[in-house]
Amino acid sequence: MTATRPANLRAPPVRARGGDWVDDTRPIAVSFDGRAYTGLAGDTLASALLANGVRVVGRSLKYHRPRGILSAGFEEPNALVQLGKGAHSEPNALATRVEIYDGMTATSVNRWPSLSHDVFAAFGLLARFMPAGFYYKTFLGSRVLWDRLYEPFLRRMAGFGRAPVGADPENYDQRHLQCDVLVVGGGVAGLASARAACASGARVVLIEDNPELAAGLAASPAKEWIDVAIGVVKQDATVLTRTTVFGAYDAGYFAALQRASDHLPQEARAGVRQRLWLIRAKQVVLATGAIERPLVFPNNDRPGVYLAGAARAYLDRFGVLVGRNVVAFTNNDETYATVIALKKAGAAIAAIVDVRANLTGGAVALAKHEGIRVLEGYVVVDVRGRSAVRGVTIAALDGGRREKIACDALLMSGGWSPAVHLFSQQGGKLIYDPGMAAFVPDRRPADPWCAGALCGETGVDAAITGGWRAGSSAATALGKPAPRGLTAELPDEPKGDAPLAFWRVPVAPSAERKCFIDFQNDSTLADVSLAVREGFTHPEHVKRYTLTGFGTDQGKTGNINALGNIAERTGGDLARLAPTTFRPPFLPVTFGALAGREKGALLDPVRVTALHDWHVAAGAAFENVGQWKRPWYYPKDGETLDQAVTRECLAVRNNVGILDASTLGKIEIVGADAAAFLNRVYTNAWSKLGVGRSRYGLMCREDGMLFDDGTTTRLAPDRFLMTTTTGNAAAVLDWLEEWLQTEWPDLKVYCTSVTDHWSTIALAGPRAREVLQCLAPGTALDAENFPFMSYQEVVVAGVAARVFRISFTGELSFEINVPWHDARHVWEAAITAGAAFGITPYGTEAMHVLRAEKGYPIIGQDTDGTVTPLDLGMAWAVSTKKDFLGKRSLARPDTARPDRKQFVGLLTSDPSRVIPEGAQIVSESNIADVRLPQSSPVPMEGHVTSSYFSAVLGRSIALALVRDGFRRTGETVYAVADGHAIAARIGPTVFYDPDGTRRDG
Amino acid sequence: MQRFSAFALLAKSLGGHQGWSRQWRLATPKDAYDVVIVGGGGHGLATAYYLARNHGITNVAVLEKGWLGGGNVARNTTIVRSNYLWDESAALYEHSLKLWEDLSQDLNYNVMLSQRGVLNLAHSLQEVRDSRRRVYANQLNGVDAEWLDRGGVKVFCPLINTDESLRYPVLGATLQRRAGTARHDAVAWGFARAADSRGVDIVENCEVTGFDIQGGRVTGVQTTRGAIRAPKVAIVVAGHGSVMAERAGFRLPLESHPLQALVSEPIKPVLDCVVMSNAVHVYVSQSDKGELVIGAGIDSYNSYAQRGSLPVVTSQLGALIALFPMFSRLKMMRNWGGIVDVSPDASPIVGKTPIDGLYFNGGWGTGGFKATPGSGHIFAHTIAHEDPHPLAAPFNLDRFSTGALVDEHGAAAVAH
Repeated sequence: MTATRPANLRAPPVRARGGDWVDDTRPIAVSFDGRAYTGLAGDTLASALLANGVRVVGRSLKYHRPRGILSAGFEEPNALVQLGKGAHSEPNALATRVEIYDGMTATSVNRWPSLSHDVFAAFGLLARFMPAGFYYKTFLGSRVLWDRLYEPFLRRMAGFGRAPVGADPENYDQRHLQCDVLVVGGGVAGLASARAACASGARVVLIEDNPELAAGLAASPAKEWIDVAIGVVKQDATVLTRTTVFGAYDAGYFAALQRASDHLPQEARAGVRQRLWLIRAKQVVLATGAIERPLVFPNNDRPGVYLAGAARAYLDRFGVLVGRNVVAFTNNDETYATVIALKKAGAAIAAIVDVRANLTGGAVALAKHEGIRVLEGYVVVDVRGRSAVRGVTIAALDGGRREKIACDALLMSGGWSPAVHLFSQQGGKLIYDPGMAAFVPDRRPADPWCAGALCGETGVDAAITGGWRAGSSAATALGKPAPRGLTAELPDEPKGDAPLAFWRVPVAPSAERKCFIDFQNDSTLADVSLAVREGFTHPEHVKRYTLTGFGTDQGKTGNINALGNIAERTGGDLARLAPTTFRPPFLPVTFGALAGREKGALLDPVRVTALHDWHVAAGAAFENVGQWKRPWYYPKDGETLDQAVTRECLAVRNNVGILDASTLGKIEIVGADAAAFLNRVYTNAWSKLGVGRSRYGLMCREDGMLFDDGTTTRLAPDRFLMTTTTGNAAAVLDWLEEWLQTEWPDLKVYCTSVTDHWSTIALAGPRAREVLQCLAPGTALDAENFPFMSYQEVVVAGVAARVFRISFTGELSFEINVPWHDARHVWEAAITAGAAFGITPYGTEAMHVLRAEKGYPIIGQDTDGTVTPLDLGMAWAVSTKKDFLGKRSLARPDTARPDRKQFVGLLTSDPSRVIPEGAQIVSESNIADVRLPQSSPVPMEGHVTSSYFSAVLGRSIALALVRDGFRRTGETVYAVADGHAIAARIGPTVFYDPDGTRRDG
Repeated sequence: MQRFSAFALLAKSLGGHQGWSRQWRLATPKDAYDVVIVGGGGHGLATAYYLARNHGITNVAVLEKGWLGGGNVARNTTIVRSNYLWDESAALYEHSLKLWEDLSQDLNYNVMLSQRGVLNLAHSLQEVRDSRRRVYANQLNGVDAEWLDRGGVKVFCPLINTDESLRYPVLGATLQRRAGTARHDAVAWGFARAADSRGVDIVENCEVTGFDIQGGRVTGVQTTRGAIRAPKVAIVVAGHGSVMAERAGFRLPLESHPLQALVSEPIKPVLDCVVMSNAVHVYVSQSDKGELVIGAGIDSYNSYAQRGSLPVVTSQLGALIALFPMFSRLKMMRNWGGIVDVSPDASPIVGKTPIDGLYFNGGWGTGGFKATPGSGHIFAHTIAHEDPHPLAAPFNLDRFSTGALVDEHGAAAVAH
């Protein structure tokens, strides 16, 4: 670094020439709040604005105080800006992280009408009436006023940036990565770790949040070592920069966000904006560094008050001096080196105010040698200047002398808090280190390994040594050889004075309101004091009561100061207080990146049958059934749903219909114990089912409630083909596997989903046999040779097919299973052959009507997880002899009650009225009580599960679950929906062909 | 109790707010109480409050293992509604909602109830059927409920993507206008303060390690702060219900799962109601602080760790962006987990246990917050009268042996 005194010192801050990250040959034009500024390539928005003398960049949440840039990185609480416009806009971007590009537009937020003239700044005057939690104590007088006035106003005042308008035009990606050693943090310690692990032969991933490794260390005495290390690591490891590990999960699972093209102008972005890395690491080294904390004193939030380390970063990285006449306020030695660097770059140093007294270390001596005024045992007690620092008032800690010092920038440092977030997310314990005045990882011999400032290894040599140790420990823990050769010869660092834990400047209670702890949320020392006074002494309580740590920075700078002051206020020991829980993400993560590609059509896979294209060409309307697209109906010539369904239903009843039933779940159940297995999972018996025969089965959960149904066929003595409902296919397979794997591993049974191996084409209707006969000319299809509920292998349209004589319409019906890729051919052959018989494709809606006419229930429509097979009137399918899943539950007193809600048919008094599905059943004696809104409940006897207009019957029909329904045949009840009641008579569920002669014929 | 009001705030402001005292006393446990409540969360504190307020039982201790209100009342998505399907549930949650509506005034603590309406979206024909069924049932149960078709959804909440191109298009929604959200921490604090002012001892950092039981009757508890005698003990420990039951020697049909939630960074108001979807699984509201508060389903594994796994988060954000494409560029600021005790029928267990004098209230699964006042109210009645409150009666423990379940799993009510 070769910062030199700028030729022309205009308003501070100014750009000193030279910064590691900026290219001063490439000016970049940006706009902030509509004004144009010129930065340099490599600048952050914050450094560019600082270089242009911009001090105020935002307003605080509650009091709308003008706020400047506090930090140089991710811990920034103040400099939130709205980036870009329209659909590309991003709210709450941190100016301290945003890399500028030509044409960038940013605007300030949370102010009206402008940043410099914000009418809501008046809240600052009302601050004394709005302490922490004031809203819990007031707005209590009137519910109406709360609803209409107070809360709407509170809501209006909330938030910083605005949500973009419109869908996100950019893409996000997700990638998975596995490695031996993950090193988080590409500073010196991380570099050393990665080098050591690479030298052991481990597969290493190194992740750094900044655009460059070893950010800001170009001036370090170890520059040569760093350069070599960067070269080696970039060659031997996977290095991801501009990438933040934000989450540490169980079993070595980490999530990181890469800002792949945020630093590029819109037009230069190719493909992916941000990328989510999901990393499985065998070992992890955390070298996440430390975060500097502010000191707590009146008006410590004024624009022009910086974290000392930030001032150093702006100088080293961007060549920006944050002030030309600087005061520093500190409790530690590191600030001294910063001040000296600023001095060398041309800043005047008005004073270093150090809370510590009797300093003897090298850092202080060096500063004094530079001629800098060092005030030991002093504190800053006030900052002058509203939108820019004009000076400070200092006072001796022992209560003696006060002095006003003019300055244009105040650097502050309250010491450093190790960035323990990821360590803690993994469940790591923290301990308080009084020497560092900080919570540090309680390092155990087990992973994760920690290195660098995270565990107090400050200074380059300590970081290199510690990093190397961590990296080699991680590698050797995996059985790799210990790496050889740590080569860094570094000058000894001077011995310094220890930092002093210092949580607040002692001030009068009335001044505590101006001592900010959480800058973003305007939580002050007064708020913490009040919280403690009111009994909120646990750090979690203080956090929740004062909102400290609730901002976008999640308390990275403020939480430790809150904790220190809670300890002081309660007279407790800081070491015994636990910091509030560290939760992911370490930094805010874009929703779009977390969602990745799972959006739009890819939100959930779309499954289509082999015949889908045919349906599309036929103009079908589709219904989502689970993941499947199923033809709902096939409208012709502008038909409505009802018209199309009527036509399709009548075609099936009078001629023949054709249905794509491929989506029904199909599971092959194979093995010596297959029949025994079915006996256990179905309510009815299966042992005696002959080969080539089909049977309808019901499945219950352990609670005795219906779970699924379907027809299962014995293909061979040890081989069954089970069918399931479309939506439940996966759940049924899971269910079978769960029992086989966890409870009945002794059974020799294998289950295989064959749903999309076989396409299913159903021919249904009185002329179905004739159509099939055309396709299978030599086969005897008559009822004697091919009876109902049987199965045969038949060549259909030249294709070897499995044909089942089963029916879901109540008509003569054949279900033809053919290999998926032959389906289109067979379907079209059937359409062609069927033309002479009036064949009509029908969709799910007609199927539902047809089955309802026959009283066939649909599991999931006519049942809801509270219905037993007996409730459906299917006692015939429930074995009383054998055991099966759910049998014991069926014997429970309530489940065995005779007056449960039972499956019945309903016929409306007015045959033209179709009851709305879901309508509630109210008995005659209670119907007079129905009036909306209902002041007291009306007893409900059940509900309508299915309801249609039946074309073949020329009237409406409905199915319902009604309390004690079996015994109430003939009773008139009312179906009530939205206050309308429709009278209907309870009767049997089978409305059409009750004897089944059409089906069996 | 110092009364809260705008006037009090003003008066205390003049004294620099030095005049505020503790909102509840720092109680040291006594040797004996009339009732010991195990668990200082929302439901436990509400129980203590209603014991004191409605039944005059004030010699009560609330024992909390950690910090008051640190369990699920501190980590939920704050949704309050009562549009449950079954009569038993609707009655209970509607009772609770009515208490919510007067709670701020009753407690003299603004719990910031915000009745901005809850939409439960339907994305398939079956969901439409189920939703309408629930609306019709709610209406007859005296619970306000409306069915909105797609156009109605768009009018009520223009932000929702009702485009037909959505993977599972929005076909309509149920709307409960009286539903909304509340400030969750304030509920715990408000109940604590109000209970304390009536004499209840609230004891933090006091874990119940065992139960003293003689002849099938509870006589007290063992705690990390010594033994405490009590003829009546009530367990109200969401997330650890079965753990406590085991210490008392009985078993509960509960599974404990992590349930996660997350918030976005605070943004200016954009979403004015609560939107919930089961098929595109996510629910979201915007808090008074400007954060979008987002949740979805449980992590499927059993755990007592108050954190979950990332895939649950990524899938719910995919769902969120499907419904609200303009939220894609917002950022997840904080993600956390709680532990929920899920019962076989997704309904709570409230009432007596096999041990005389020992009462249990738990198993609220993913939806306990909304029930807080109602739960405390009926549970206090049950303890005071040694007989279940009529609204609590259906939620007895015996139902798992009798089969008289209140099954909200299969029923149309969505989670939460």
